[in-house]
Amino acid sequence: MTDTRTIRIEAVRFNPETDQEPRRQSYDVPFTPDMSVLQGLQYIKDHLDGSLTFRWSCRMAVCGSCGMMINDTPKLSCETFLRDLYPGPVKVAPLDNFPIQRDLAIDQTGFLDKLAMIKPYIVAKQDKPLSEGTFRQTPAQLEAYYQYSQCINCLLCYAACPQFGLNDQFVGPAALSLLQRYNLDSRDVGWSVRADVANADIGVWECTVVGYCSEVCPKGVDPMHAINENKVNSALDYIGLKRLVGGR
Amino acid sequence: MQIISTDVVVIGGGGAGLRAAIAATEADPALSIALVSKVLPMRSHTVAAEGGSAGVVREDDSLEQHFHDTVAGGDWLCDQDAVEYFVRHCTEEMVQLERWGCPWSRKPDGSVNVRFFGGMTVQRTWFAADKSGFHILHTLFQTSYKYPSIKRFDEYFCADLLVEDGRVRGVLAIEIATGEMVLFACNAVILATGGAGRVFRQNTNAGIVTGEGMGLAFRKGAVLRDMEFVQWHPTCLPGTGILMSEACRGEGAILTNKDGYRYLQDYGLGPLDPWPRAKAMELGPRDRLSQAFWHEDNKGNTIQTPYGSAVNLDLRHLGEKKILERLPLITEAARTFAGVDPVKQPIPVRPAVHYTMGGIATNVHTETAVAGLYAAGECASVGIHGANRLGSNSLAELLVFGKVAGVRAAQHARSVRPASAERTARQADATATRLVRLIDSERGERTVTLRDEMMDAMEAGVGLFRTVNGLKAACAKLAELRQRYRRGVKLDDTNRAFNTEWLAAVELGAMLEVAEAMAHSALWRKESRGAHQRLDLPTRDDKRYLVHTIAKSGGDGTPSIKSAPVTITKSRPGARVYGGAGSKAELT
Repeated sequence: MTDTRTIRIEAVRFNPETDQEPRRQSYDVPFTPDMSVLQGLQYIKDHLDGSLTFRWSCRMAVCGSCGMMINDTPKLSCETFLRDLYPGPVKVAPLDNFPIQRDLAIDQTGFLDKLAMIKPYIVAKQDKPLSEGTFRQTPAQLEAYYQYSQCINCLLCYAACPQFGLNDQFVGPAALSLLQRYNLDSRDVGWSVRADVANADIGVWECTVVGYCSEVCPKGVDPMHAINENKVNSALDYIGLKRLVGGR
Repeated sequence: MQIISTDVVVIGGGGAGLRAAIAATEADPALSIALVSKVLPMRSHTVAAEGGSAGVVREDDSLEQHFHDTVAGGDWLCDQDAVEYFVRHCTEEMVQLERWGCPWSRKPDGSVNVRFFGGMTVQRTWFAADKSGFHILHTLFQTSYKYPSIKRFDEYFCADLLVEDGRVRGVLAIEIATGEMVLFACNAVILATGGAGRVFRQNTNAGIVTGEGMGLAFRKGAVLRDMEFVQWHPTCLPGTGILMSEACRGEGAILTNKDGYRYLQDYGLGPLDPWPRAKAMELGPRDRLSQAFWHEDNKGNTIQTPYGSAVNLDLRHLGEKKILERLPLITEAARTFAGVDPVKQPIPVRPAVHYTMGGIATNVHTETAVAGLYAAGECASVGIHGANRLGSNSLAELLVFGKVAGVRAAQHARSVRPASAERTARQADATATRLVRLIDSERGERTVTLRDEMMDAMEAGVGLFRTVNGLKAACAKLAELRQRYRRGVKLDDTNRAFNTEWLAAVELGAMLEVAEAMAHSALWRKESRGAHQRLDLPTRDDKRYLVHTIAKSGGDGTPSIKSAPVTITKSRPGARVYGGAGSKAELT
């Protein structure tokens, strides 16, 4: 390809073995119109500085590994293109609101603990032998929770969430969306075992409805909507009335 | 060195590894199970599978037909006992996933829907839109939270298997975050580490698909079977290799050349109409479609792009509604990564490496040549794919045989006495010292230099079509690269914590060995069969080559290749017939 330009990428660097504070380092990267920010970083790692550390894998926006702050916005670097950021410079940094592990890689263990809290699996209403086949679930019943099942756990929503920034105990947008995904599933009766987390002060009530989580979600999951549904349900639970959505 | 004693270690947190871990704990909840993965499980490459997973469910279908499609699709190199076991257990695994919450696409009455896939006689591919692998993986991952005896070690890189007296005794891993060495002392290990597509340049695989699980086993006495059979997927984006799922063609998409002509009819896949027909035209198998592309390209009938020639994958006649309902991921990926809207324009596509059909040789119980070592999923060769895997058989495979591996490993772990962890630790120390020394190597070439030369050698010599000279050149080049690798690689990054350059260097060592096994196996097989096409030997030779290849590690030297019999129970080798023989199909 002939159309090669150069753009400066300024990356946050942090080495836990030697650094007290994160710093920035600049690299000049030649790029073609089809190159993503991820490919720019790969160019740096291959040709300029093998020590620059970042996560990536599928490079097609489905594995959720390569989320980072790009010019202060949480994005998947594999689907953000350098051509759109020209003339730059492009600032890349680890996702906001998480501890830095190394350079652009953040510590994700807190999120994994939250996944465990919401019991992200079917609590079955009924059982029958596998030989009797599947349960029925109409397209409408599927549709009820499908959007919330699309989360790739990329954590952009946590980087966008001001409440999570203030209180890292907040269960947060992705985990609460997943909670609602199971509550809305016609095969599940587990809402009561998840209610403690939803209703807790680190649950839905911590959300201040900024909505930036839904804005940055690369998969259209709309976590704010999931949380709002549970605010209503949580309130109805409290006064002993029937839930509006999910929790059959 | 930290020592963690556990009953079973599962290496790999993708579909096969998670299924194995769940099966092991369900078989014996008292066992401790360590699930060790170099990434968080939901980042595993299973996440990128799109089209779906096979399982007989329709009334017009049968296990017999699934068996015959698979065996013929594999050009009779399949072990038929394994295929029989496989087809018998696919559907229960799909049902099990449904119970665990997988959002399978449904028909209006609430029953699951199934779609066509290449090489399959009838609709038997269960799907969740075109994000089947994503939903299967997340369903398994989330379900694994139900089982307290599965302890996860996320982002631990497995660097060595510890084998004593022909028995596996442990796994040496690097905790990526800190760079510290960890020894898992155990009685049983399940390898579920995926394929090795990244030894080629243009591929559909995630960056983690580097084959080092195969490499680990290979060096420790397990053998690699049928490594010459590398699958090219016919419809991938030029340059990136990003996959445009076979589900596109399952839903009725067509392939045209630069003149808008449906060229597959010229390669034994016609007739053209009525369309769609099972096992005809675009619903033919992947090897045939990829090879037809190569011929069209040689005839000058392809479109030229900056990343090589391409043909058109045309979905437009399906209509926007169906495209968005059934193929949302493809639509999004084509728009983002190719700048093409499939609702309005055809997508330029070309073949790219997709799947490693060979792997660590196992029997139908997933046992390898090393006692206590099991393998399942793409890293394994249980024998069901033969010379060409049919689409939607691999997701089913990792469930069916992931479960077998879990159950067997659990039984094994219970039945043997634990070894002395100290003895195992002494063995691990030697490897650990070597690994740490790699960081400080003062001389040698960059990992990337060697990696790029390896990819070029594989693309040039072990590609879609092979010749004796091309293969010999590739073998020589790989031997040279291994020698240069042994002289040391020079890292910019001399830290221990989260040193991905170091891990890539370790991966490269295994990749070179796996690549070499592929090249030597391909050189050995003097015929054309399925995905292995030799321009100098264009016909199938059942008299001499209706056999598996078995590659055995030659240590620092070249691997040795020999043959092993194929298990044939009821389907005698015949001609692979596609096109006119397919029956008329109705898409739902």
